Amino acid sequence: MGFAQTVGGTRYTFPDLRILLARATPLRSGDVLAGLAAETAAERVAAQRALADLPLRHFLNEAVVPYEADEVTRLILDGHDTTAFAPIAHLTVGGFRDWLLAAEPAALAALRPGLTPEMAAGVSKIMRLQDLIAVAAQCRVTTAFRNTLGLPGRLSIRLQPNDPVDDPRGVAAAILDGLLLGAGDAVIGVNPATDNLETTLRVLELLDAVRDRYAIPTQSCVLAHVTTSLLAIERGAPVDLVFQSIGGTEAVNRSFGVSLSLLAEAHLAALSLRRGSVGSNCMYFETGQGSALSAEAHHGVDQQTVEARAYAVARAFDPLLVNTVVGFIGPEYLFDGKQITRAGLEDHFCGKLLGLPMGVDVCYTNHAEADQDDMDALLTLLGVAGVTYIMGVPGADDVMLAYQSTSFHDGLYVRAALGKRPAPEFEAWMARMGIEAASGAGVLPGGMAPALVGLG
Amino acid sequence: MTEPVAWTDLRRFTGARVALGRAGHGLPTAAHLDFQEAHARARDAVHSALDAEALEAAVAPEPLLRVASQAEDRRSYLLRPDLGRRLREADRARLPAAPGSFLVVIADGLCATGVQVQAPRLLAAALPLLRRAGLGIAPLILASQARVALGDEIGEAMGAAIVAVLIGERPGLSATDSLGLYLTLAPRRGRTDAERNCISNIRPGGLDAAAAAEKLLWLTGAARRLGATGVELKDEQPATALLAP
Repeated sequence: MGFAQTVGGTRYTFPDLRILLARATPLRSGDVLAGLAAETAAERVAAQRALADLPLRHFLNEAVVPYEADEVTRLILDGHDTTAFAPIAHLTVGGFRDWLLAAEPAALAALRPGLTPEMAAGVSKIMRLQDLIAVAAQCRVTTAFRNTLGLPGRLSIRLQPNDPVDDPRGVAAAILDGLLLGAGDAVIGVNPATDNLETTLRVLELLDAVRDRYAIPTQSCVLAHVTTSLLAIERGAPVDLVFQSIGGTEAVNRSFGVSLSLLAEAHLAALSLRRGSVGSNCMYFETGQGSALSAEAHHGVDQQTVEARAYAVARAFDPLLVNTVVGFIGPEYLFDGKQITRAGLEDHFCGKLLGLPMGVDVCYTNHAEADQDDMDALLTLLGVAGVTYIMGVPGADDVMLAYQSTSFHDGLYVRAALGKRPAPEFEAWMARMGIEAASGAGVLPGGMAPALVGLG
Repeated sequence: MTEPVAWTDLRRFTGARVALGRAGHGLPTAAHLDFQEAHARARDAVHSALDAEALEAAVAPEPLLRVASQAEDRRSYLLRPDLGRRLREADRARLPAAPGSFLVVIADGLCATGVQVQAPRLLAAALPLLRRAGLGIAPLILASQARVALGDEIGEAMGAAIVAVLIGERPGLSATDSLGLYLTLAPRRGRTDAERNCISNIRPGGLDAAAAAEKLLWLTGAARRLGATGVELKDEQPATALLAP
């Protein structure tokens, strides 16, 4: 069945849900690249009007990626909870937008199992930035491992101490710098320069030693491929969180070398270690618009809808952390600061609505039309939207991944500007260690001797 | 009570932007302007072009054949990665057959400046090692406006057993001269990134040419034994040599 809408005397038709969603999507380069974008502004608004009139029930009857061909579609539809869906079952997408804008946190939380990612993506396409922010701010998602993330009034930071050659001293120095500037409550997480088992094992030992010797109530992670983490677990390494990049179709996950069954195996392996002290969320996922198209695994679905489907994969494994790496992929998917900003807020909204502890890597690469001013704007908007966590990189410059993310200073800024605080356990630790006074005085706190972590 | 350790002491251990100090919660002015300058330089590096003649001279006497992707210019390259993965039809017909060979494709990627300097150094270190290991080296291919997957089409057309794509990595603030290497066994169109192994950040101050060449040799040997590259091939090369001070 198709859809039609008349705007300005012209009748626009959309043959199926997949095309309707794509044409209704605010402009971005990745959908143009895929040949999916609306050709004119009028066609886009026609699609948005047609989408607004579509009953939400329709999403349960028409899959954007065929059920038989894709395990992510099967996960979404087989896991749909009709009881949780009941409060909105009578609504159109447009009516759902109005419902969301008036909804209380408890109603939003109860709705999660009744929502499909496509419903979340669909409604986001007819929302302005302020709508995405206002609704996300009412979504409460709390997770825990060695501290508690996502509580109201809190904003956490992943300390990202990457080193170009995984030099343990470079990693340790960046960790100390971040701790001194209040970062590290979400996780201390290293992207290894090469996915090498020996290096992964050694960085895991280093991170665990830093955490242990300074008695930091946080968790660590080496963001290696899930199969490398499984080998590390077999070797008895101190694995807190298992990381994996994921996407919204079976084919893009295959391009990442993973499947739902492999993720389930990794989740069970990490749970079996029982390393969390205040909770047992032990998975960490990263996503990003455009990854499916990049792997030619998008099935003709627009990049934002595919991205939302990745959140269905994530929520199946009760993650501690999920973040979209929104500006990393490059200008062929998100051309400039405007497109990156909208995508970051869409991803945060969809993730939160589906119940994920959603963070955002507020970032850009040097071949995108973006700069620090764009990042300041997005960071501030996400802070208002209640983002669970952001990244913290020394001086905003990741010397291994060659892109710009948020700096430790950015974390201080956004917390101060919006009255946000770190995770409670970590905040108490900072106070005990005298972190604020030490960084103000330009010294390391007495309890954080560099020699304890190999910096002699 | 021992003397407190100065924050700036951390700078001894890393090239990252640590110990920048604080002006309230923000960056002090000098650190802020250092960042702006680095970003400006990186933006300019993205638009740098490869000097093919100089590169040809630098790798002599190895033969070097020039080809191009279907992306016509930098803007088209940035906005249409699909074109950067496809070889120009006319160039495809010019490729020599090199069945069973080890093929090297030098690609400009997102930053030509790194390729210009690092590729000849890496090849000078790696080709003798690969030849000693009994590998036949195909004529070198220099590809412009190229993405990693262009190596699959070139390798398939030449009948290569394995392809190493040496490609300019996207410039960062601290490094605008970084080379990446992607190794793919049995290259053919449609290979995914999960079927490749990557050695990244090849440059002075990152992974130097000699260490990168050793790693390439190790990965190539392991790929041939295993019959695969990618996630199945775990890089278990002893890492100690790479981390010596």
